[in-house]
Amino acid sequence: MTTLFIFLVFPGFLFTAFAGMMASWLERKITARLQWRVGPPWYQSFADTVKLLSKETLIPRGAVETVFLAAPLIGFSGVILSSSILGAVNLDPQRGFVGDLIVLLYLLMLPSLSLLIGGAASRNTLAALGVSREMKLMIAYELPFVLAVLTPVVRSGGIITLGGLVIFQQAHGGFLWSPSGALAFIVALLAVHAKLGWAPFDIAEAETEINSGPLIEYSGSLLAVFRLTRMMLLIVAPLFIITIFAGAGFRGWGMAWSVLQYLIVMVALILVKNTNPRVRIDQALRFFWRPVLVLAAAAMALACIGY
Amino acid sequence: MGRGMGIRTWALRKSLWVFHLSTGSCNNCDIEIIDCLTPRYDVERFGITLVGSIRHADVLLVTGSVNRRVAPKIRMLYEMAPRPCIVVACGTCACGQHMFKGSYHTSEPLDAHVPVAVYIPGCPPKPEAFISGIVQAAGQMGSLRTRV
Repeated sequence: MTTLFIFLVFPGFLFTAFAGMMASWLERKITARLQWRVGPPWYQSFADTVKLLSKETLIPRGAVETVFLAAPLIGFSGVILSSSILGAVNLDPQRGFVGDLIVLLYLLMLPSLSLLIGGAASRNTLAALGVSREMKLMIAYELPFVLAVLTPVVRSGGIITLGGLVIFQQAHGGFLWSPSGALAFIVALLAVHAKLGWAPFDIAEAETEINSGPLIEYSGSLLAVFRLTRMMLLIVAPLFIITIFAGAGFRGWGMAWSVLQYLIVMVALILVKNTNPRVRIDQALRFFWRPVLVLAAAAMALACIGY
Repeated sequence: MGRGMGIRTWALRKSLWVFHLSTGSCNNCDIEIIDCLTPRYDVERFGITLVGSIRHADVLLVTGSVNRRVAPKIRMLYEMAPRPCIVVACGTCACGQHMFKGSYHTSEPLDAHVPVAVYIPGCPPKPEAFISGIVQAAGQMGSLRTRV
């Protein structure tokens, strides 16, 4: 019963969906303010979601029906599971299991993967183009992301549970304040930025060239699920790197500190999003495999010698 | 939320996603539409955004004097849109072909191809006129349920 509550209500599905909608509104509002506009009202994401749920859902002729219908649910379940694990561990660091860090790495990959599967099943040229870009982008950012996430593990002397990392940081201070941790944090931020599909890495969805890429054929409730997944990822992905680099937990003042850290990270990401034009896919690949990978490797090397 | 209006109607009215289709316009209306997204008018305040795919659209916004090449494609696009979806004719050309009426390259007017819900005349219509038209379209949203 408690497990079900964790998965479906708090901190799993319902809570993360609500928080994600607010985060998505925050993103749109700050973007609007940066452009001297007023921006949407706070309930905009709710209205969008309810509207999409009430609209007709079309399946394009020639699409692989089962895969087309199942794809959004894959990413959705991934993001619900990861938010539940992450929230539960932050609330009580004693929970969790050995290797939950690795499980989260895989779960956070599912939203992008569902985009690939759904786009490929929809039988649309532009969707196929978006899928190929998304795939290359994943190949680009996953390697530095994994290296950056494993840096705290090495730094802490091989603690591979999220809860263990949180307890370690509560005793010794966040990894963010050590040289290796700071470098790895920057790498992780960049990777999360690409994971969220924000400019300059919105190559796969590129509204102005390939009309939202993999999502082009999705409509109605299926699109709502995709958008909800993306909104929940807005909570989960930044929270994940905050937990492993500055883990304050959700207890007492830790909660306020975590929320503050989350807001700082979000605003930083939104500012980067609004001040950078889209790069080409080859530029993104080169960026992640050269400077960012070197940075990640340097962080790993520093962590190995104890800095 | 008004009386007798369900949450679905409320959501439909508060979140209009517009797909912009040019059927051989002179680009004048199109520039005025983009004006509505700028800081002075900012239609995102009302939840209105431009979308790139017709599958995401609630409003099919048509500009231009429907020429022969594009006429069959309007019907196709309208059928591809998920219901409820309404058509808004933007500019005098889309409303009634303006000075291209009876020209060698124009086909029937827009409302002979698809049912038009709102007409926004003007050459080009001012952004205020455009916003007023979209508000009217939003008002019709709740009553249009079925596939026309």
